[in-house]
Amino acid sequence: MLSTLGYASVIAALLGAVITTLTGLIGGFRNRPALIDASRRATYFTFVAMTAAIVTMEAALLTHDFSVEYVSRVGSRETPSYYTAISLWSSLDGSILFWGWILSGYAALVAFVRRRETDGLTPFVLGTLGFVGIFFFGLLVGPANPFGLIIPTPENGPGPNPLLQNHPLMGLHPPLLYLGFVGLTVPFAFAIGALLSGNLEATWLRDARRWMIAAWAFLSLGVIGGAWWSYEVLGWGGYWAWDPVENASFLPWLTATAFLHSVMVQERRGMLKTWNLTLIIGTFILTLFGTFLTRSGILDSVHAFTEGVIGPLFLGFIALLTLGSFLLIAWRSDRLHAPGTLDGVVSRESAFIVNNLIFVALTFTVLLGTVFPLIVEWTRNERISVGPPYFDMVFTPLALLLLFLMGVGPALPWRRTSAEKLRRSFWLPTAVGVAVAAVIFLLGVRRVYPLVTFGFAGFVFATIVEEFRKGVSARRRISGRPAALAFLDLFTRNGRRYGGYVVHTGIVVIAVGLAISGSWKYEREVTLRQGEQLEIGEFRLQFDEIFTREEAQRFVVGGNFQAWRGDRYLGVQQPRMNYYPTSQQPIATPAVVTSLSKDLYLTLMAFDSENGEHATLRAIVNPAVAWLWIGGLIVGIGALIAIWPHGRPAYLPELAADLAGSAPMADSLLIADSGDAGDAGRGEEAVTVGEEESAS
Amino acid sequence: MNRRRVWIGLGLVAIAGAITLLVAGGLRENVVYFLTPTELEAKGAEVYGAPLRLGGQVKPESVDWNPDVGRLFFVITDGETELPVESSGAPPAMFSEGMGVVVEGSYREDGVFRSHNVMVKHSNEYRPPKEGEHPREVYRSLIDEEAGG
Repeated sequence: MLSTLGYASVIAALLGAVITTLTGLIGGFRNRPALIDASRRATYFTFVAMTAAIVTMEAALLTHDFSVEYVSRVGSRETPSYYTAISLWSSLDGSILFWGWILSGYAALVAFVRRRETDGLTPFVLGTLGFVGIFFFGLLVGPANPFGLIIPTPENGPGPNPLLQNHPLMGLHPPLLYLGFVGLTVPFAFAIGALLSGNLEATWLRDARRWMIAAWAFLSLGVIGGAWWSYEVLGWGGYWAWDPVENASFLPWLTATAFLHSVMVQERRGMLKTWNLTLIIGTFILTLFGTFLTRSGILDSVHAFTEGVIGPLFLGFIALLTLGSFLLIAWRSDRLHAPGTLDGVVSRESAFIVNNLIFVALTFTVLLGTVFPLIVEWTRNERISVGPPYFDMVFTPLALLLLFLMGVGPALPWRRTSAEKLRRSFWLPTAVGVAVAAVIFLLGVRRVYPLVTFGFAGFVFATIVEEFRKGVSARRRISGRPAALAFLDLFTRNGRRYGGYVVHTGIVVIAVGLAISGSWKYEREVTLRQGEQLEIGEFRLQFDEIFTREEAQRFVVGGNFQAWRGDRYLGVQQPRMNYYPTSQQPIATPAVVTSLSKDLYLTLMAFDSENGEHATLRAIVNPAVAWLWIGGLIVGIGALIAIWPHGRPAYLPELAADLAGSAPMADSLLIADSGDAGDAGRGEEAVTVGEEESAS
Repeated sequence: MNRRRVWIGLGLVAIAGAITLLVAGGLRENVVYFLTPTELEAKGAEVYGAPLRLGGQVKPESVDWNPDVGRLFFVITDGETELPVESSGAPPAMFSEGMGVVVEGSYREDGVFRSHNVMVKHSNEYRPPKEGEHPREVYRSLIDEEAGG
């Protein structure tokens, strides 16, 4: 029953996507309002159909309807309800179902938000989203159908992948990542829609940028959440291993971040039009490529579940989209000329351009390291792997350069500057950076990378504080409001800019956390007999006993270790091994005692299985890891500030004040945005900007 | 204007060159070859000290695990060539004689492979549970296997 219902829903969604694509594209090209209306309604319909499919699947999972093929593979009566519910993304076809549902949701949201928009873009955007939908819903109808009927109905199933049901975080990290990954389809659809419609003026870019920030925020939280999950669940003591799965989520993040910076150059100066299109399209292609790498079984990795036909289909779809996008850009190249040029070598736009070069270089190096084993295997028939040392060696200097630029870019004015202005904006941050590095050096740190990281972090943080100080004092002069309120005003009046600075603050915190935890981690592995103690750093551990516990879906073996930090008792810590019926290998669960300065991380490596008299324990002292999660949270908050709708885009008056150079671009922005631009605030904001410019 | 373009162009070329060098150097130094004992022996002195992954089977009755000093000795074989392996740290939980393993480390002049990481290799990571099997029984069967029974 549920099998039929679910399959019918997926077929309905596929039908909806086909209709959306046809009506959207034909209606858009021929300008037929009736067809354009139909494309919007078909988008809503697709969302309803996919929601029905998801509800059906959840119902089948939770009622243990093993006649549904997917449930028979990932469900079991013993699995707790929470893990049963989230086993929707435990395996390939369920993941694609979830992916398709989010895609249909984003499409419906785009259709709803733009229902009154008259720029002619909407049908093309919906058509593109529908086209991507056809691929995913087609997979669900064909090779990745999760709703197949199993006859006779099995009594029970094996339960989900043990790694999925080992930790509650698995309910949080994949959805965030999917919201980010699938969300990147929306800016892509706007880019393709703009190319198709030929309307390459500002509106598409404004919308693409907003959707990109939203998707980027989810993706950032997903990547950080993945690191957190890896740290809390996998038990190897680290949080990032440059595993292909991690790289797959990180690659589009890099290009999306590059876009979020270069888009400002196009908004302000009308430059980099083709480049921005390429970044958006490349980002989306990278999400598909990452999914292909990790889901086709082409690389062996803990996450990669193998499937046959899906890999080639993904590859074909990637090739089709790449070629199609390239042709579209070539077709519209006459409309992609830049009205502005680079005026000064030392200017904010050139800082952004260097920033983009580094982001692209990072993308290239990570991509190369990820696929290099494949290339070597294909061309030379030798099996190799590229380990974390490659990534660390190549990534670290480039990332440090970016960290440095993060302090330079915001303090540089647009267009050009003078040596005198440079001295005035940079002497204080430079002094702070040098002072921080000097203090750390005097404290005894002699390693180059941590020292440079701390120095740059001080430098960047000082420029951010300086930016906020300038903003607050300008607001106070205009409105006469007290400092605290003026500070809040910055977020509500120019959330994108100051939210961006909050994101930068989070990145600085993460960079410092990475530098400390990467440089001063230490570990010991020892075998303890009952009552024996281990000292590691200021921590002390005592092994008491081995315990076993039977749970519905697994058998748990753990060690009881009493822990102290100095004289403070930390309670009994229980690193465990979990034995699942479906896994030949036990899944470790580490015990982690977190604090702001350092974590104590315990993994049970081996134990005396006869008498429980001894246990082999790996104890790791991981400094400053908590700052990665805190930094991630700050990044999330900053992104939220940046996309929070305040009605009026705050960059408009800046443009008005800066019309001289790139008039066509600014005009179209003003016209496009005049609907939601509040006239009352405009003059005042222009004054603010003027103040800021003269203050810098 | 033109002169500036030339400088910008030169700058870009310099950056691209530096990144290419960095990547090429990084790959040359950090590629880890995956070899069988026979392939390793054939390469011999060529690969002394280089980071390697060695795949093979644990030779039965060759395992010597000393939990007090945390040293594991065993012989790895691919059916043709046998090589002694010395590893720091506990064997992985499901380590047993005769099973497939991948060891990470390097080969030394003394003919011993020094490993810092022993990974258990499964032809298939997940197996379907047997009829009516409980986790406790799975645990027992795995523990018995480990003990060599």
